[in-house]
Amino acid sequence: MQDAKFERIEEGKALPGTCCGERSDGFPFPVFGEEPCSCGERRGSPKSDPGPLTTRVGEVVRVSSEWSWADSWGMVKSRVSAFRMNYAIPPGLYAFGEPTKESDVLVTANYKLTFDTLRRSLKGLQAWILVLETRGINVWCAAGKGTFGTDELVRRISETKLDQLVNHRRIILPQLGAVGVNSNRVQEKTGFRVFFGPVEAREIQAYIDRGYKKTREMSTIKFSMRDRLILTPMEINPALKRYAWLAAGMFLFFGLEPSGFLFKPAWSYGFPFVLLGLIALLAGAFVAPLLLPFLPFRSFALKGWGAGILAVAFGVQFLGIPEKYDGLTVIAAYIFFPVLSSYLALQFTGSTTFTSMSGVKRELKIGIPIYLGAAGISLVLIAAAKLKEWGIV
Amino acid sequence: MKYLHNVSTLRYAPEKCVQCGRCVEVCPHGVFEVDDKRVVLTDRDLCMECGACAMNCAFGAISVNSGVGCAAAIIRGMLTGGEPTCDCGPSRSACCD
Repeated sequence: MQDAKFERIEEGKALPGTCCGERSDGFPFPVFGEEPCSCGERRGSPKSDPGPLTTRVGEVVRVSSEWSWADSWGMVKSRVSAFRMNYAIPPGLYAFGEPTKESDVLVTANYKLTFDTLRRSLKGLQAWILVLETRGINVWCAAGKGTFGTDELVRRISETKLDQLVNHRRIILPQLGAVGVNSNRVQEKTGFRVFFGPVEAREIQAYIDRGYKKTREMSTIKFSMRDRLILTPMEINPALKRYAWLAAGMFLFFGLEPSGFLFKPAWSYGFPFVLLGLIALLAGAFVAPLLLPFLPFRSFALKGWGAGILAVAFGVQFLGIPEKYDGLTVIAAYIFFPVLSSYLALQFTGSTTFTSMSGVKRELKIGIPIYLGAAGISLVLIAAAKLKEWGIV
Repeated sequence: MKYLHNVSTLRYAPEKCVQCGRCVEVCPHGVFEVDDKRVVLTDRDLCMECGACAMNCAFGAISVNSGVGCAAAIIRGMLTGGEPTCDCGPSRSACCD
């Protein structure tokens, strides 16, 4: 049997989901060490394993539940870096096992990690997998944008001649895809009835065994400590890159003398402050997400501030800040760094499973003026401390 | 875990509801439940405004101002004057399409 390797689709054309020189999260500041955009590359085309399946509608690539070393490594890289921005497989029809005309059709996104997670959970099942073009984005986010959407689904159903491939008229979508898919319209246009399956791929078998019925458990999204831990590298990583600018600014400030820039004070006074900032950063981007349900208040800004003020209080003592710096500088540290933690914790709203747009808008409406005010006051305080040190005031 | 109290824009009009159960099927937070064969709205504070229920209600019984609950996206929306989105903005067509 021939080894049917996928060709890169639309050779030389970029995935529109990624942008050259622009951050995926749209943060308006420049970032150190950002991966350049590699337009036109798809990193994860699966090979048919075993050979392709010959069907009424042509040859279909077969996939198994096995993960290769490359699949696992791809998952790790996707969790920590911008690697995931181009981690996509060609959309279309795939066969899992030895599916027949009666086998279920499962719909998913073309983010490789999503596809891999799905096939890993299907062990022992025979099914068709219909992959939508979501530009390498997972089901939920793509559904929010509309790429995992009604039109795309209708188009793929007709393009793959699904009505000829199977005798039944049911397709199973991941429940979270419902954000972008109007099931009534899909049925009107294609004749296929949409079944919104469980939230998690690993419950698909149980869902099918129960006769396409969900328990409340299956249809509720969770957000465990493990889930949150997995998400923190993508909070810490970009935050650290931006923090490099702030750290550079702090070294510069502490090295500034009437006679010019001096490296000795820049290092000896700048370093403890940079460390204190790092502690605040970790409080906001790591501790707050991890301990989310255990921190008081519902507001993420307040959760982050709470984690930040504790971390900063600890850091100030640990680093001997009060003995080393002017009182105004110490006050500035207490004002600025917990606010930094707060801002970073608020960024985590983008990764959670339960924050709403109205809620985040309210937090920002109150939070942004406070953040800017706190940053401004801190600047004035350290400037005053500097002038005092120089004997000007 | 619940987010802020009383911010959700979710509205449910039971008089338009035909008890088809689609909202119960799609809501990831159990905001809608079937109670004695009638669909009921349980706790609006659980709603994350994803919009799946309104999208799949064929009878117009549900409305919600849906969108991404993501600070970075909303800040971007404020800066560019557009709707909050996870996309990287209108300039992307210049380089990638």
